Amino acid sequence: MAAVKFEQAMARLEAIVGQLENGDLSLDESLKIFEEGIRLSKNCLKVLEEAERKVEVLVQDTNGKKQLRAFSLDDDADEASLEP
Amino acid sequence: MRNSGRRFRSNGFGSSTKGDFATGFRIPTSLSSPGSSVRQVHTVSELTSLVRSTLESSFTEVWLEGEVSNLRAPASGHLYCTLKDESSQIRAVLFRTTATRLRFALEDGLHVVARGRVTVYEPRGEYQIIVDYVEPKGRGALQLAFEQLRTRLAEEGLFDVGRKRPLPELPRTVGLVTSLSGAVIRDMLTVLHRRCPTLHIIIVPVQVQGEGSAEQIAAAIRMLSESGWVDVMIVGRGGGSLEDLWSFNEEVVVRAIAASQVPVVSAVGHETDVTLADFAADLRAPTPSAAAEAVAPVLAQIVSRLAELSARLQQVVGRRMEEERQRLRLVTHQIAAVRVRVQEEIQRVDATVYEMSAAVRLVLQVGQDRMVRAHQGLMAGSPHSRVRHGLAVVPQLAARLYQGTRGIVEARTQRVQSCAARLHALSPLATLGRGYSVLQHARTGDVIRGVADVNVGEELQAKLIDGRLLCIVKAGVPDSLI
Repeated sequence: MAAVKFEQAMARLEAIVGQLENGDLSLDESLKIFEEGIRLSKNCLKVLEEAERKVEVLVQDTNGKKQLRAFSLDDDADEASLEP
Repeated sequence: MRNSGRRFRSNGFGSSTKGDFATGFRIPTSLSSPGSSVRQVHTVSELTSLVRSTLESSFTEVWLEGEVSNLRAPASGHLYCTLKDESSQIRAVLFRTTATRLRFALEDGLHVVARGRVTVYEPRGEYQIIVDYVEPKGRGALQLAFEQLRTRLAEEGLFDVGRKRPLPELPRTVGLVTSLSGAVIRDMLTVLHRRCPTLHIIIVPVQVQGEGSAEQIAAAIRMLSESGWVDVMIVGRGGGSLEDLWSFNEEVVVRAIAASQVPVVSAVGHETDVTLADFAADLRAPTPSAAAEAVAPVLAQIVSRLAELSARLQQVVGRRMEEERQRLRLVTHQIAAVRVRVQEEIQRVDATVYEMSAAVRLVLQVGQDRMVRAHQGLMAGSPHSRVRHGLAVVPQLAARLYQGTRGIVEARTQRVQSCAARLHALSPLATLGRGYSVLQHARTGDVIRGVADVNVGEELQAKLIDGRLLCIVKAGVPDSLI
């Protein structure tokens, strides 16, 4: 559930920026959540950078075992024939 | 049609059925005639069989309209009910094979049109219709089935708004449950990747219509839900007739959607097509392309939002740090000022202490001096001291007396000698000795200093060194010597 984590991170980051911009935190607290914010933004960026374009299709091989196989629109005519 | 195969049992009259049919209608007439000479007595079974075969051959395919009542569904799977109108009723039977083919549920009060054949249930001598097809009156069976299932599942809470989950903002992996053939899959992939080029997509191909398609769709949804591969899934197909879309109204599909652990977006047919899958889904998209848009965020927007948040984060903290630094500087300044003031105070204290100690010393000094003086005075005044002092003074005084006395004698001697010398110098005797004399008025003794002091004839006395001469003035001749 990487998506959920990402959203929570973004939401938390947003909350942190809001809190810091409000400016009613002590310096200590500010620095603490600032560090957290930096960590979150780095993680979010990492998630975005690591995301990979991939299209897969679930196919059933001859033994009846199901597995994921790369899929592209160019050969979708071939793949379509695999449809059970 | 299928009436020949549908008999409970053989009627036992074999090939004579046709002939009996002809005589059968005459039987009541002959029976009712008391005066008949030919008395033909039937057993109940015979008569019932006779009636049954007569009815069965006369009503092989009947269309009947009526209201369902007294519906019973025993474990056998057959359905029993009564069809009635305002004044009459007939028993009806749906054997299991017919009953399971029904898309909607029969229920009491339902107005139906049924097709079947009439027969007799011999144990009770009741005639009944064996129904092989039934449809709701006034609307299609699918429509009714749709409404019935919708009501039932809604009562179960499957369509509750509270069950709807929000779609993930940035799904990494999206599942597609649809057919690989047709434009739908192409459209969805295009839209998904246009918005979010880095999306991972997993397609589970299924038949979207026809026999077994609902089970396939449901299995695919369950598989994706349990695999943990995807953050969200789209279940859908392109447009078609109500019959084509029917799989998405099947209970098994609706339940699979409702039970999914990840949010499900339904996209069945066109905007006007509404299926029960739509009711159960977390989001109903009007078309597959719209579903793709709803699921895939615009990556560029997320990237820029993240960049903006990071920038704001740095900015606000940078500003805060600068403020704090200024505050610190201010406080440092204030502390420095305080330090200067403290040092000034220390100086003042030092000065005051010094002055005070000086004053105290002075007071002490004065006191001490007074004490010393008093002591001295006291000591000086003490008889002991005075005696000692006196004892010391006596020889001194004696010496001084001696010295003083001698001095005085010497001084006096000198003075006498000096006076004698000066006296000798000034003495007229000396002058007289040198030949000078002093001329005096004889009478008064006054010394005559000039011619004018004497008169002619006056007696004068002239003192000489060795005596006096008495003289008379004969004349006064002024003659200045000097």
